[in-house]
Amino acid sequence: MKILLVAEYRDGKLLGSVNELIAFAAKMGADSAMFVVGSEAALPAYAGKLYLAEASACGEFNPDVHKQLLLDVVAKEQPEMIAFCHSSYGWDLAPRLAFALKAAQVSEVVEVEDGALVVPACNAKLRRAVAPKTKQIVVTLQAGAFGLAEAPSGSPTVEKIGGGGGGRLEFGGYEAAEAGGVDLTKAEIIVSAGRGIGKPENVAMIAALAKALKGEYGASRPVVDSGWVEHKRQVGTTGQTVTPKLYLACGISGAIQHLAGMKKSEFIIAINTDKDAPIGDVADVLVVADLKQFVPLLTEKIMAL
Amino acid sequence: MKILVCIKQVPDMESKFKVAASGTWYDTADLAWRMNEYDEYAVEQAVQVKEQVGDADLTVLCIGGDQVKETMKKALAMGCDRGAHVADDKAAEKEPFEIAGIIAEFARDKQFDLIFTGMQSQDRGSAQVGVLVAEMLGIPSISTIVQFAYADGRIETRRELEGGVKAVVKTTVPALVTCQLGLNTPRYPTLPNIMKAKKKELLSLPVADLLKVDARQATAKMYFPAKKGGGLVLEGEIGQLADQLIQILKEKTGVLA
Ligand SMILES: Cc1cc2nc3c(=O)[nH]c(=O)nc-3n(C[C@H](O)[C@H](O)[C@H](O)COP(=O)(O)OP(=O)(O)OC[C@H]3O[C@@H](n4cnc5c(N)ncnc54)[C@H](O)[C@@H]3O)c2cc1C
Ligand SMILES: Nc1ncnc2c1ncn2[C@@H]1O[C@H](COP(=O)(O)O)[C@@H](O)[C@H]1O
Repeated sequence: MKILLVAEYRDGKLLGSVNELIAFAAKMGADSAMFVVGSEAALPAYAGKLYLAEASACGEFNPDVHKQLLLDVVAKEQPEMIAFCHSSYGWDLAPRLAFALKAAQVSEVVEVEDGALVVPACNAKLRRAVAPKTKQIVVTLQAGAFGLAEAPSGSPTVEKIGGGGGGRLEFGGYEAAEAGGVDLTKAEIIVSAGRGIGKPENVAMIAALAKALKGEYGASRPVVDSGWVEHKRQVGTTGQTVTPKLYLACGISGAIQHLAGMKKSEFIIAINTDKDAPIGDVADVLVVADLKQFVPLLTEKIMAL
Repeated sequence: MKILVCIKQVPDMESKFKVAASGTWYDTADLAWRMNEYDEYAVEQAVQVKEQVGDADLTVLCIGGDQVKETMKKALAMGCDRGAHVADDKAAEKEPFEIAGIIAEFARDKQFDLIFTGMQSQDRGSAQVGVLVAEMLGIPSISTIVQFAYADGRIETRRELEGGVKAVVKTTVPALVTCQLGLNTPRYPTLPNIMKAKKKELLSLPVADLLKVDARQATAKMYFPAKKGGGLVLEGEIGQLADQLIQILKEKTGVLA
């Protein structure tokens, strides 16, 4: 089997997720080739063939053009599988390619079990083994699901591919995340508020517990989207990645995008009314309780120590 | 201006799930149902565009059994003009390519200027349907938007990337966008609007008329993942729970030491 790995490049840099693609190919026991719209100045450590289009010529974000370049490489390499990361680049481009190839697309693969591709369902509470019916298939891989024991080595055999402008979307550049304010990545203790806090007034009770523990408070995305807490305090793929000594998740279900930002914390405590919440998978301790009663009581007892 | 918004009805994710007898999907009995979270943002954005341009006709489409009409009524109460219910008791097991095929077939001859979908559905989570619909219709699409503006036949969006970075992306209509959490603040339907929604058109179409594509994948098996971690689960009276937790903090973390 041959897999075409689609690496990502952004703002002048090759993204580290390229190693997850390489790990996936190894796990599948497959031959591979790689594709990237990037730059010769940022090549991956990869001992294989790399098709390289210059981002300076065809645009870092230009799905119409990237799709066409990929189609040309697929025609040449005839891979049985084309693998993307399940990322803002991958989930955008993969369906476009799958449609053009008349191929099935399997999204967010988390593992391969007896040759079957497994994906999560229902906020990771369930798993689904998928059986594609087409000969060629497109997959996207969940971030962090596949890893290498050792850093990959070697240098690729580069084949430059052409490609000009065009495309129906106009890319107007990047906007950085808000700067300034608290830096959660430096905090040793973080108490985070999830949607389970119910209303904005309850942010105070989370902040109070954080203070009692001499830490900072963070939040999951819905709490930030609702404007209850500033974005700087958001933990997860589209917020901060934190590794404190202690992480307390209050009313947070444990969606993959949140876990990606905190699962490397040294000690994790979850407070949740739902005993089956996926946060339980990474928590050292899951306290099954209503946070609105439990958190103030815990804070009080800690203050009294 | 003609606008389409596609919504899905999904179970509340805090539900206690069971695998169905078929072994390939979850059991749909005894679940609380709601609008897919991402689609609430799609509906809100569609309604805002309609309010902005004034002269617009906004259709909400949903594929599913009769029960999805409840969720469609919410979209009508939020401000959609008419509902197109694609009646399909087997919608849950249809894969994204089939769902997209049905939507594209519905939209093909209707000249929608703008189509809104969610970025992904909460139960299936394929993040494919929106982009596929656009490919099928041959119109441009922008995925994962967290900001949207329409003016004079052009749209300007912010796509959300990892780490909270955004990309500015523009295109001309007709176009499709897939909506990410936080795009706007979805409104709560008011009582008068809920009453008004009851009088709006909600047409049911048989799925057989619109399904022209074959499935490209199937679910071989649905199952619960093996429990990882094996962390401690504490249950009981909250006073005792708090004492237990403080003990653990002292012993295992040194935080209160
Ligand atoms: C591309 C993308 C990027 C994303 N990026 C991020 C990100 O960076 N960070 C992030 O957090 N999310 C992110 N998300 C969203 C993520 O998928 C989830 O929707 C989100 O993490 C859910 O937040 P939550 O756990 O607070 O809310 P929910 O999933 O709604 O969970 C609420 C939890 O609170 C519990 N609860 C309710 N009431 C109580 C109570 N009284 N006491 C105790 N527990 C209670 C419930 O049992 C439930 O488990 C992203 C999604 C996408 C698609
Ligand atoms: N049964 C359905 N009826 C209408 N729209 C749907 C349906 N399923 C998915 N969609 C739309 O497609 C989006 C992405 O779904 P998915 O590709 O399944 O993650 C959803 O947010 C909806 O807007």
